Amino acid sequence: MAHAQDQILTPRPTGTIVPEKIREGIDLEINGRPYRHTGDDQMPLLWYLRDVLRLTGTKYSGEHGEGGYDLVLVDGKLVSAISLPMLHVAGKSVTTVEGLAGADGKLHPLQQAFIDENAIGCGYCTPGWLMASVDLLNRHSQPSDNEIDQLPNLCRCGCQTRVRRAIKRVANGARA
Amino acid sequence: MSQQNDNTMQLSRRRFLQVLAGTAGALIVGIRVAEAADLPIPPAFLGDTLYGLGAYVRIDADGNVIIGARDPDTGTGTATAVPRIIADELDADWNRVSVVPMGLGVEDDNGKPRWIYGHQTGGLGDSIPAAWADMRQIGATARWLLLQAAAPRLGVPSDRLRCEAGYVIAPDGRKLGYGELAEAAAKIAPPTSPVTLKTPDRYTLIGKPAADVDARAIVTGQAVFALDSYAGDTLVAVLSHCPWTDGSVESLDTSETTAVKGVVKVLQLKPEAGIALGQTVRAPAVAVIAENTWAALQGRAKLKLKWKPGSQNESSAWFEQQAADLINDKNAAPTTRVRNDGDVDTAGRKAARRVEATYVQPWLAHATAEPMNCVARVDKDGATLVVPTQAPQQAWQVVQRLTGLSPSQITINVPRVGGGYGRRLDHDYVAEAVMLAKEVDKPVKLMWTRDEDLAQDYYRSASVHKFSATLDGKRQIVSWNQRMASASALAQRGVPDNRLWVSEVDAHQLPAGLVPNLRNDWYGLPSVMPRGFARGMPHVGNAFAVESFVDEIAHSLKEDPLVTRLRLIGEPRQISLGNDRVLDTGRLANVLKLVADRIEWKNWLRTVNGLGIACWYVDGAYVAHAIETSLQGDRLNIERVVCAVDVGRVINPAGLEGQVAGATLDALSSALNLQVTYKDSQVQQHNWKDYPLASMAQLPDTTDVIIVPGDGNPAGASFLGMPSAAPALANAVFRVSAVRVRRLPLLKEMLRML
Repeated sequence: MAHAQDQILTPRPTGTIVPEKIREGIDLEINGRPYRHTGDDQMPLLWYLRDVLRLTGTKYSGEHGEGGYDLVLVDGKLVSAISLPMLHVAGKSVTTVEGLAGADGKLHPLQQAFIDENAIGCGYCTPGWLMASVDLLNRHSQPSDNEIDQLPNLCRCGCQTRVRRAIKRVANGARA
Repeated sequence: MSQQNDNTMQLSRRRFLQVLAGTAGALIVGIRVAEAADLPIPPAFLGDTLYGLGAYVRIDADGNVIIGARDPDTGTGTATAVPRIIADELDADWNRVSVVPMGLGVEDDNGKPRWIYGHQTGGLGDSIPAAWADMRQIGATARWLLLQAAAPRLGVPSDRLRCEAGYVIAPDGRKLGYGELAEAAAKIAPPTSPVTLKTPDRYTLIGKPAADVDARAIVTGQAVFALDSYAGDTLVAVLSHCPWTDGSVESLDTSETTAVKGVVKVLQLKPEAGIALGQTVRAPAVAVIAENTWAALQGRAKLKLKWKPGSQNESSAWFEQQAADLINDKNAAPTTRVRNDGDVDTAGRKAARRVEATYVQPWLAHATAEPMNCVARVDKDGATLVVPTQAPQQAWQVVQRLTGLSPSQITINVPRVGGGYGRRLDHDYVAEAVMLAKEVDKPVKLMWTRDEDLAQDYYRSASVHKFSATLDGKRQIVSWNQRMASASALAQRGVPDNRLWVSEVDAHQLPAGLVPNLRNDWYGLPSVMPRGFARGMPHVGNAFAVESFVDEIAHSLKEDPLVTRLRLIGEPRQISLGNDRVLDTGRLANVLKLVADRIEWKNWLRTVNGLGIACWYVDGAYVAHAIETSLQGDRLNIERVVCAVDVGRVINPAGLEGQVAGATLDALSSALNLQVTYKDSQVQQHNWKDYPLASMAQLPDTTDVIIVPGDGNPAGASFLGMPSAAPALANAVFRVSAVRVRRLPLLKEMLRML
């Protein structure tokens, strides 16, 4: 104990401070901020977001992400976060539902439209619908009904017709 | 009647309204249920923290209002609608109201639980009716107290003051905010009798559309479901369940699992003997507990686990055959004669026309979006849980039995729930989480993976309905005989044999009251497949069969099925169906006519597209659907869907529209595609590909919901949009394809028959 106290009480010359070795890891950007993952590089992005960063807006869907509850954008492409090991996210930029609103709290037009059209059931699948809808509007600013039909998401609460209204509300707003 | 504390008012024999002074000058008004009339008020109810709210309304000195939502919100919108009922009576400024989920309200009554909030279930369609009965008085009393506090300060008698959006206002325009009055109001003795409630013309929130209180949190990813809860340093558990409920572990080697970095422990779970279905582990299971979900999943994948089958080897095909054989056996006696009006046998003999048909519906799963999960921390002094449940009081019973803790030592928090549909009335996953948490000294978050969630459900039984109806020369239905066979969802749950029909058929369902001679027989079948309460049970399955059959009667008469239905319903009148159920034929006919007008039913005969219609009656609420379909080759398109509902008074029209539209799509999705099958007692559906909820492309582009304004007590609408949707679709398919679908799922059957 005395020894430990000596270490604290006796100032060292600044020149002898050895910085901690930089930990090797996977560098990536999430919602505009830099992160370094130092754990298992096979860990799927979903569990890194949820268990490590506690960004829980991206939901568990299934082992292969079929329900679409775990969709995120990686370098602007829509992907299932459970299907993507951290190794493959190195150097990439990830957008989750938490990153859709502006830094000032201003909602993305689709987020606002989902509220205005009540395109929400229990709300568990909503982040996935939002990410898929953002991706759709990024690719087609005025999507047709057939293009909206291609959204991969599933919802038992039956929010589909209200999601369609929300997407059209944003598309029409962009046209006006 | 014993003397009350001067801060309570007796509402009924066991219900008390309670006024409390909170910290920092807050006014708290709540309701409590008491066994004895002279209970002291525990200090914990003073509401130092939000989760210890212990009451329904809290007005803080800064004017902010907190309203507790006692019922779990599974997506049905009750956490918005019920607080708005209270806020309206309070004349609160909705923009200053925050809603807090209450968690389970329980206190110790000599070791037994006392449920202090009264009603506390979600997703069963009774939250709004229950709140209408007791919650309005909460808001009205808080408002009354604020008026009494304001009167001396404004120098105006309270009966000359009015309230508006968070202010008490004097005739000369001077006003005081609720926050300024809260501390004084909390010291005023509550009224000695219930306060007069508002007349409907003074409603400011009831009847006006409102966004879901959680909407912003949901769209920004901030809403916390149970699966998103991390109670500090939480371990994660995933399970591998035995495919056979009576199976066992034949061999288990965990060496590779425990070698995975982060895996903490492997434990085995078994159903407890003698415990009712849904209250203990569903099937033997091996649990892998790890520091994070990824490690737990890897650990589970590396289990060398072999299950030994039990004695069960039932198949869904065999079950359906049993049901069909039973229903076709003229000598078989029903398990229960659920309804028997007039004399079906005698009336049936002198018929001008007889129509018969049989309908088969498959096993179904719940398929909630958020899989079963539970966060539990258990030690010798207490248990704290986060449970996505529809029935926190039942969850409590499971926790208490497994821990032996007293009521005040068990805390159950219930955040927003990712879909219920009846699955979360069972608490097998709570039992599992508690059993695991007892074995480790950290909180455990149990998460069922999707494959477990679909293949280890409490399913809705397959059923077979057989109808025989006779008509007289004037096209009137004079006798109606329904025989239905299914395996009851209530079996193995301590329900007496003579009540097992209750989950399978409604004694008041259509056309009861409309046909003079009507018999409704239920034939119960055993099955090894665990069953549970399904959304809209027993209405959804019965409505499909009954409303398809009414269409078949119309077809045999070569008649427009809307005409047949309106003749069956007859003149507007009130028909007593027994058990306080009254069928208002005017309201039923009205919803039918509304959907018919909107979809332009007059084109029924002419259009190349198929139009279908159906209606249903559910405990004081009325619903009808009209659907337009087209066929391109063998591709079925649902072109238009119109739904009309009459629930009496509407609390939140936006919430109701969403709930009805959503339930409509749920019913269509289920009818189009869904079916659980099992062979050798093993369920064959393991992921969304095997159990394909309808895609956006399969569903209609719009759902047109017509809400009938009403002033009667509000009825629940949790599943109201379901029952008439599937039969309207099947009836539309018949018009467009000439295929009468008598077996679900519809698409498979339609393609087989085309």
